[in-house]
This record gives sequence, C-alpha cells and structure tokens, in this order.
Amino acid sequence: MSVPAAPNVGLAKRLRRSLRRDPGLFSMPALLIVSLAITVAIHPQFSDFDLQSLAMGALPLAFAAAAQTVVVISGGIDLSIGSAMAVANVLAASAMEKANFAQSLPLAVAVLIAGAIIGALNGLIVILSRIPDVVATLTTGFIWGGVALVIMEKPGGGAPQEFLNLGTGTLFTTWLPNALVLLVVAVGTIWIPLRRSKLGLQIYAVGSDRIAAFRSGVNINRTRFAAYVFSGLFSAVGGLGLTMTTGIGAPLAGVYYTLSGLAAVVVGGVSLAGGRGGMVGPVMAAFVLTLIPTDLIFLNIDPNFGQVIQGTLIVVIVMIGGFVEMERNRK
Amino acid sequence: MSERSKTVFSRVIVGITGGGFVSLLRTRTIVALILLLLVLVAGIQMARPGTVNPIWISNMLLFAAPLGIVAAGQTLVMLTGGIDLSVASVATASAYLMATHSGLGVAAAILYGLGVGFVVGLINGIGVALLRVQPLVMTLGTGLMTEGMLVVYSQKKMAEAPRVPQFIEDLGAGKFLGGIPNDLIVWVPIAIILIFVLRRTGYGRLLYAVGDNSKACTLAGIRVWRILLVNYVTCGLLAGVAGLIIVGGTDSAELRLAEVYLLPSVAAVIIGGTSIFGGRGGYSGTIVGALILTVLNSILTLLDVPESVRQILYGAIILLLAAAYTRLTD
Repeated sequence: MSVPAAPNVGLAKRLRRSLRRDPGLFSMPALLIVSLAITVAIHPQFSDFDLQSLAMGALPLAFAAAAQTVVVISGGIDLSIGSAMAVANVLAASAMEKANFAQSLPLAVAVLIAGAIIGALNGLIVILSRIPDVVATLTTGFIWGGVALVIMEKPGGGAPQEFLNLGTGTLFTTWLPNALVLLVVAVGTIWIPLRRSKLGLQIYAVGSDRIAAFRSGVNINRTRFAAYVFSGLFSAVGGLGLTMTTGIGAPLAGVYYTLSGLAAVVVGGVSLAGGRGGMVGPVMAAFVLTLIPTDLIFLNIDPNFGQVIQGTLIVVIVMIGGFVEMERNRK
Repeated sequence: MSERSKTVFSRVIVGITGGGFVSLLRTRTIVALILLLLVLVAGIQMARPGTVNPIWISNMLLFAAPLGIVAAGQTLVMLTGGIDLSVASVATASAYLMATHSGLGVAAAILYGLGVGFVVGLINGIGVALLRVQPLVMTLGTGLMTEGMLVVYSQKKMAEAPRVPQFIEDLGAGKFLGGIPNDLIVWVPIAIILIFVLRRTGYGRLLYAVGDNSKACTLAGIRVWRILLVNYVTCGLLAGVAGLIIVGGTDSAELRLAEVYLLPSVAAVIIGGTSIFGGRGGYSGTIVGALILTVLNSILTLLDVPESVRQILYGAIILLLAAAYTRLTD
C-alpha cells in the first residue's frame, strides 16, 4: 500500500515489508529472466521477431491477469473475464471492420466503456444478489459468452491496419514491440493512479479484512463494485488486444483467458484470500506462461503440454505459499 | 445485511398466500423447489398443450441423470465448503479414455474411464486435504492438467478413432419397460445411497460438521483430511460415471464433450439449497435443482431461439433462481 514509510524505518526493513506484501514484485521478474534465459539457451537464434511474437502472445493474457488481479485483491473472484474479453473483441472487430484509423480510436473508447459496463453489471449482480462471487461470475460469464455470440456468430470482422499495428508493430527499434509498450502504458495509466488513490487503499483494505475495513468506515459494497468495474475495463483492453493481435473477432476466443488469467494471478503471487499482491507479478507471470508452450515447441515437445505445466504450476505455487504461511504461523 | 429487501420479498409472498406458507418454505425449502418445478412444467403445458406426456417426462429424466450425477459429486464437495471446477474435464476425459479403449471390452473400457475420475479425484483430494490448497485453485489446476493431457493423448491416438460401445450407448440413450430411461439404473441407486449416507451415517454427519467448522472438527479429534480425501475421490468418480452416460447419449467422444456441464453442476447444487460455504444443504435439493435446469433447457429449446440467446436466457434465469433462493433462506 502507498503508506509513506516512516523516516526511521531502514531500507532493509521496507524491502522486507514490501516483499511480504507483494511476493510477486521480486520473484516474478527473476522468474521471467530465468525463463527468458532458458528460452535463449534452447533457442540461441532468439531474435527480435521471437520477442515480438512473445509480446503479442502475452498481451491478451496479461490484461486478463490484470483484470483478475484487481478483483482478487478486493477479496473476490471473477470467472467471467474471458467472456467479457470476447465481447470486447467481437464488438471491436464488428464495429471497426469498415472504419478508418481515425474512426477506430473513438470506437475503441466505446468498447472500453462497454467493458466497464459489463464489469459494473458483474459487480451489481454479485453485491445485490448475494450469490457467492464464484457462482455469480461463473453464470454471468455464461451470459456474456451468449452476448458475444449474438454480436458475432462466427469469427470474422476486422480493424484498420494502423489500429492492428498498435499491437503488432514495433516502436523505434525492432526490439521494442508495440504490444509491450501498449501493455505498460495501459496497465500503468489505469493501475498506478488507482493504487495510489484512496479507492486503491480501500480495495486492499476490503480484501485483507472486510470487517476491519467496514469498521474503519470503508464502504464495502462500493469498493467491491469499483473493483469489478476496473476488472471489466481491463478485460475490455484485453479484448482490444485480442483484436489487434489476431486481426479479427472470435466469439469463443476469450474462453481460454478466464482460467489462464487466474493461473497468472496465482503464479504472480497474488493471494486468493485477498488484500495481498500487486500488478507486476501477474503481468510478468502472463509472459512466463506464454513462454512455456513456445519453449516446448523449440524442444520439439507437444505444446499442449503447456496447459498441463500451467495447471501444475498453479498448484505447486499455491502449495509453496501454503507452506510459507504455515512456517510463519509456527514462529 | 439487507433486511429490507428480505422483508419486501417475503411480504409479497405473505400478501399472496398468508403467513404460514412462508415459514413452510423457509423450513422446507424443497417444497418451494418442487413447486417451482411444477410451475415450470405447467408453463410448458400451457404454452404448448400436449408437450407434457410420458415420453417427454422420460426424456427429461434421461437428460437430467448425467447432470444429477455430476451435481452429486459437486454437492458433496460444496457441503465441505469447497468447489470442484475439474468435473467437466474429468467427465470428458473419462468418456474419451473409455471410447479409445473400447477394443479391450466394455468392462475394461469402463474401468479406464472411471480410473481417470479416481486419479484426478485423488490428486484433488491430496491437494485440498493434505496440502491445504484452496479447492478452487486445486481443481482449477487439475482441470487444466486433465484437459491438456487429454489433448496430447487425443493427438497420439489419432489412428484409433474413439468408438462408443453398444453397452454405453444403451446406458446413455436407451429406455426399458416402455419408457424408463436406462441411466436411471445408475442415478437412482447413487441418489439413494447419497441421501442415506448424508442423513443417516457418521460419515454424513462428519461431512456437515467439517463444512460448518473444520477447525472445530480438528480440535474435536476428527481426521478432517480423511473426510475431504474420500469426498474428492467420490466427486471425481461420479464425474467419471457421468462422463460415460453423457458419451452414451451423444455417441461421439469429443474433446469438449462435457464442458457444458460445469455451470449447471454448480447451479443445480446452489439452486438446490446447498450453501457454497459448506455445512448446509443436501442431495435431495440438488436432484430437484437438476430437474429444474433440465426442464428449463427444454423450455428454451421449445422457444426455438438461437443458441446465443438461449445461453443468455439460461444464465439469467439461473441467476434469478439463485438470487431468489439466497434471499428466501438467508
């Protein structure tokens, strides 16, 4: 949290504290570097093109992870993110098909608003119906999947080339893919102000201890609602990312991202119990999870094992987290 | 928390029916569920006179059985405060493995199918019960693993086309004695055993106790991990059984065969009155929940709307039912 550290707190202590609050902040960059090193080791001709396809592949997953992160930190869960991404994806691809670049930008904003509305509806349903969030968002995910199919029955549509370039091109040098820039800019402009704001603090507070937050005067329902709105917004960015990287809209493409996004969140060190974790971990975890199938292809192994490894990673990492917690409690 | 909305809701019911009815619904929620089921059936009959006949009823039971069996495992898991998101992948994998091993004979093929359920259930159980991973994460992980393994396996097995044996086909699609679905032969005993175990045996009571307060159970000397382990293995096995019946009904083992059963399996349990936080509910509610969802599906099919609209309506109605139910019982 953005509480300024007291001046007499030493640097080491502050480091240790932020490590405890967000284990992903330090471990994930390390894990990403290691997995990049492994990739380069087994595929020495790793080129700027490989970097570009990594960034493009990870872009939608990173946004799915970002969307899930906000809700999970607030102590909830959102199993409708993939379908929300699909809605944004087909909305963008059907609206932009005949548009030029200048028209496509306001359309993109409209898609973002639609995403926020989807998030708001998720939030309202979870809070007003009092159905547990797992079940409620599992069901709304089903509904948004239907909405995506209404908008576009079969994969199709398109977007102007300049718009696609935002996700597929490169900036200045071929080693700096636009997808990476877009990711950093989008997550940065949404997350950093949010985290530093009062609302951000409230999201962490509600996630870590709802009753304590309530007694400190935090409006629980409003905070949880806001978390779902941000989740919808990130999902919409992810849907736009899908449109950019695939060039079309596909009503079923999003499904995969719900579970993989949650996997990235777990791997990225965000506690599913809420209130602990940050954005750096999950986003970087999205890159690690994207690298796995790529590496498998380089190693001539069936890339479908990637999903198996993903599943194993989730379980193992949560187990390690559990052991650390147990050890800490024993002391 | 929302005392106001609760009183509004119950006042409406009190206004219509008089006071005794609400308390009856509160204490015997299954009555409300059965009433809802009857209303739905009456609705179909009024919208399309002549729809409701013995053949229709027998078809509803036929379609409800696999859902009821998946939801049986889900009920057990939810009673202990967990959830199993791997049931759909397990059911699919069980069906696929059975179909690709049908050359070995029916019994062996079925064993392969159920074996998948057992193994995944065991892994879930070890993770949740011994290593204390949250059920959501554990079953999410094993679901991904099962699905991934199945895709890899299906590509290796490309040469041998999966074939559904006649016995399984009869089980999943056939009827006997002029209309009783064969899959009831599997579902009814499972239902009877489950209801008996939950209501009358020590294991059943322990299940509720663990779901209600697992810490208290540990302090009372109950080996909570054993209960959970058995629970997840049973859930996996039941998902495997359901997978066999589903593939018998469709007669083709596909990689996304049982995917559509995940949401209904959770929804049937919730609508049936089992709390996702554990310790409250039972299987009889789930049975009615599964029947309600099946009838609902049949209504949506009769409406003859596109698949997309159907999906939206189905989800929306599940939300409404679950919300109404949560308000009625809380």
